[in-house]
Amino acid sequence: MNPVLHLSAQDWLSLFNHFASLSLLAVGGAITTAPDMHRYLVDETHWLSETQFTSSIALAQAAPGPNILFVALMGYNVGLNAGAGLGGGAISVGLAALGVVIPMLGIMLPSSILTYTATRWAHQHREKIGIRAFKSGMAPIVIALLLATAWLLTLSHNQPARDWPLYVLTGLTTLVVWRTKVHMLWLIGAGAVLGGLGWV
Amino acid sequence: MPHRDNAPMPEQEALQRPQSKTDLFMSFTILALQGFGGVLAVVQRELVEKKRWMSREQFVEDWAVAQIMPGPNVVNLSLMIGGRYFGLAGALAGLAGMLTAPLVVVLLLAIALGGVSDAAWAQGALRGMGAVSAGLIAAVGLKLISALRSNPMGMPVCIGLACASFVGVGILRWPLAYVLLGTGVLACAWAYVQLARQAAQAGGRA
Repeated sequence: MNPVLHLSAQDWLSLFNHFASLSLLAVGGAITTAPDMHRYLVDETHWLSETQFTSSIALAQAAPGPNILFVALMGYNVGLNAGAGLGGGAISVGLAALGVVIPMLGIMLPSSILTYTATRWAHQHREKIGIRAFKSGMAPIVIALLLATAWLLTLSHNQPARDWPLYVLTGLTTLVVWRTKVHMLWLIGAGAVLGGLGWV
Repeated sequence: MPHRDNAPMPEQEALQRPQSKTDLFMSFTILALQGFGGVLAVVQRELVEKKRWMSREQFVEDWAVAQIMPGPNVVNLSLMIGGRYFGLAGALAGLAGMLTAPLVVVLLLAIALGGVSDAAWAQGALRGMGAVSAGLIAAVGLKLISALRSNPMGMPVCIGLACASFVGVGILRWPLAYVLLGTGVLACAWAYVQLARQAAQAGGRA
């Protein structure tokens, strides 16, 4: 069951603060801080149910756009829970909207300000050897990280006897995108259909 | 900037640039809405291959920075690209484009689906889409390898560093921070040595 909450202004502030404190730690994507969000929202404050937490992540990953939107969905669910005792209507919608905005601002503001100022500075000094060395040096490493991400995503399905069709699908997609200009939406659609029918 | 005449560049088409902040906003909106299971693959194809706002080499460099900085990396990339052409307003236009429409879509989905996402077919569809998006990411990685040709460290060193990083993260499953501190620092130091040597040689010839 989803919790029914009564959140004070103090609670909303601490929600903002928690996400803002995670913002600068989210190197390599906000998903790396998801365990801490779970500890805070599910284990400590009980603002979200376990199901709401996991389905927020799953839905944001399936939907188009940056995966960071799982934060918006978590906040939306917190807002819904906060409005659940109020019988719907404008106040509930308002609380859900507040829930979307507050954690999103928290997770986005610190990292965006840092990224913007740091990259402006780096761009102004882009001819300096130190900056060029950083970019050149990191290039092979980020390429390796992309390949490692794909590898780990594939191996997260770890029962070869059952999951081999998924491996084949990933391999074929890699080849098609690498070698042709087929639109990616077709591939995503094909994946959804194959999966929905239970073939992979 | 030195004056550049309009002679066509011999081996490559000239790069383009976004026309306006509206163009930035719309381009990133369209990108983001195509990005199921992550936007990176779409960004690479649209910005590098179709719109030609940046070369593969520039994309790898920007992606490195976007990934090292905290925050969602495609969002960082939109901030950086927007900021480069139109300052703070451009950065905000890029950011808004990347987030606004997808936010609306994901909320509508959450409202519409409610509990449907537990259904077997929905779980299956997510499985299939996940496998495809892993393939998309792998393909971007493979395509970007060609950008290493112009790297001052040289291809063999680049491949060695890439393999070591892949083993660290993908096989040994070390935390990303350790790998960045290990191979990352090593790579930047070696690149610095090579660039400094090139600069010295260029200075010596002049």
